[in-house]
Amino acid sequence: MALLEVSALSKAFGGVMAVQDVAFSVDAGVVYSVIGPNGAGKTTLFNLITGVYTPSGGDIRLDGEAIAGVAPHRLAQKGVARTFQNLQVCMNLTALENVMLGAHLALDRNLLKGLFRAPGLTRADAALRDRAAELMRYVGLDAYRASAASAMPYGALKRLEIARALAVQPRILFLDEPAAGLNPKETTEIDALVRKIADSGITVVLVEHDMKMVMNISDRILVLDYGKKLAEGSAREVRRNPAVIAAYLGKAA
Amino acid sequence: MKRQRGLFVLAAVLLLLPLALPNAFYYDIVIRMMINAVVVLGLNLLMGFAGQISLGHAGFFGIGAYAAAILPTRYGWHPLAAMLGGALLTAALAALVARPIFRLRGHYLAMATLGLGIIIAIVLKNEGAYTGGPDGMAVPALGLFGFALDGEKQWYWVFAANLLFSVWACRNLVDSPFGRALRALHGSEIAAQVVGVDVARYKAAIFVFSAFFASIMGSLSADYVGFVTPNVADFFHSIELVTMVVVGGMASIFGSVVGAVLLTALPQALATLEGWETVTFGAILMLFMIFLPRGLVPTLAARCWRSR
Ligand SMILES: Nc1ncnc2c1ncn2[C@@H]1O[C@H](COP(=O)(O)OP(=O)(O)OP(=O)(O)O)[C@@H](O)[C@H]1O
Ligand SMILES: [Mg+2]
Repeated sequence: MALLEVSALSKAFGGVMAVQDVAFSVDAGVVYSVIGPNGAGKTTLFNLITGVYTPSGGDIRLDGEAIAGVAPHRLAQKGVARTFQNLQVCMNLTALENVMLGAHLALDRNLLKGLFRAPGLTRADAALRDRAAELMRYVGLDAYRASAASAMPYGALKRLEIARALAVQPRILFLDEPAAGLNPKETTEIDALVRKIADSGITVVLVEHDMKMVMNISDRILVLDYGKKLAEGSAREVRRNPAVIAAYLGKAA
Repeated sequence: MKRQRGLFVLAAVLLLLPLALPNAFYYDIVIRMMINAVVVLGLNLLMGFAGQISLGHAGFFGIGAYAAAILPTRYGWHPLAAMLGGALLTAALAALVARPIFRLRGHYLAMATLGLGIIIAIVLKNEGAYTGGPDGMAVPALGLFGFALDGEKQWYWVFAANLLFSVWACRNLVDSPFGRALRALHGSEIAAQVVGVDVARYKAAIFVFSAFFASIMGSLSADYVGFVTPNVADFFHSIELVTMVVVGGMASIFGSVVGAVLLTALPQALATLEGWETVTFGAILMLFMIFLPRGLVPTLAARCWRSR
């Protein structure tokens, strides 16, 4: 059984069908990419699967369990993590705290224990601090361990979101344009990072406009156009699909 | 311990301050500063750290104050039991309204909490049979372990210990996983959600907690003054509290203390201006907001940091 199964998924915004009757499935352990022109519905698809939006119709199953319309904080419990195309970093926190936030569910969040600085809680938090620092190193942010999030450059913030998502200890990780706005060198580094994450056993679902990266890294690719599924298959298959070439690659290349 | 440096400084100031207080009048002012400081601390958790707002906090303070008056007088409760009872009642009320209220944001949330505060104030004023109406009512003295607390000098130590504990506890909370989630939902609600923070629950929890805080302080302050009037639950008192948070500095623990001290002292200092005190008070607030929009403590802290 696939880890993620989506069928007949739709989302309407007023009259606009942002996602229309989309079906696909993602096997555990793969890198699965979603591509398509601007406004094709990729982010909306992510928002539907991660609980940010409620579908207008259709079905989403994680490991066989129906999760359409389940709130994001509950999906985090089930091992779903994500990053955002438009950065969502807590600028009032330090970089390290942003990563620690990712492990929110692994900690004792009791208000009273926090108030009285319960020893067990303080110890667990100190241990998490080390793990978060380790994750920052993993994504290449060692230099920013003592930084405030608000003092970091854009490229570093993109990685910070990835570190935070990894702190969730996800089974499936949704990355919405992790290389957007980055220079070629940074893009190559993100490419390597995504590969490293996938190799660690986390299933990665990726939205990305950088075709070189997508073609290199993906086990399978879903092509969306105007909210509809245009094609699906391996990088080879998708690259040769005439409809895809016409609608998307033709324009880009 | 660097972490606790501020706390030590505060403790030292509180210990030494009585040496500088010439008479009961000054004790009284300092006690009021401390009462306000603790309420403002709780409110700052909600406003500064969680990024929400309450324009009705004086209502919660008022429930605590009247619980301290009504429960011992009419039902024979021990004042401490009355304090706890009032705080639990306040917490229950806050929890009841929290879910619907925190669906709202920004101005709408402000209006809803404003309405809640006004309703509480009106009930306290109108239920004359219980509350003594607009004239208020006397509060029986608070005894602790057989000692009757009376006189400003004894109360000073009660409130000093209370303030010190509250500062310590609030700093702990802000640094805890709960506090981190709270600050995170202020920074980005959606980011907090997708890592597992039940945003609605956290907002409700901190609202209830800060209401509880306000109610306890309402009771203590009523016990100290020995009398309550509906003014304690007034809209203007709510505004005063919010102003203290903002002037001292949002999301600043010591800012809360500084804001409470300044805005409690200011009207006293301006009292000599005869008729112009309100105008001057307003003007000073406006200047504060124009030149120190982030509040006193955060702005000054940032300046010191840069000049190093
Ligand atoms: N919250 C919303 N309300 C109304 N319309 C929306 C909303 N979110 C997305 N849309 C619309 O849905 C369509 C798909 O948008 P979406 O952001 O999913 O595209 P995308 O594939 O991620 O594009 P891009 O590559 O530019 O990020 C667009 O027409 C967009 O205007
Ligand atoms: Mg998008």
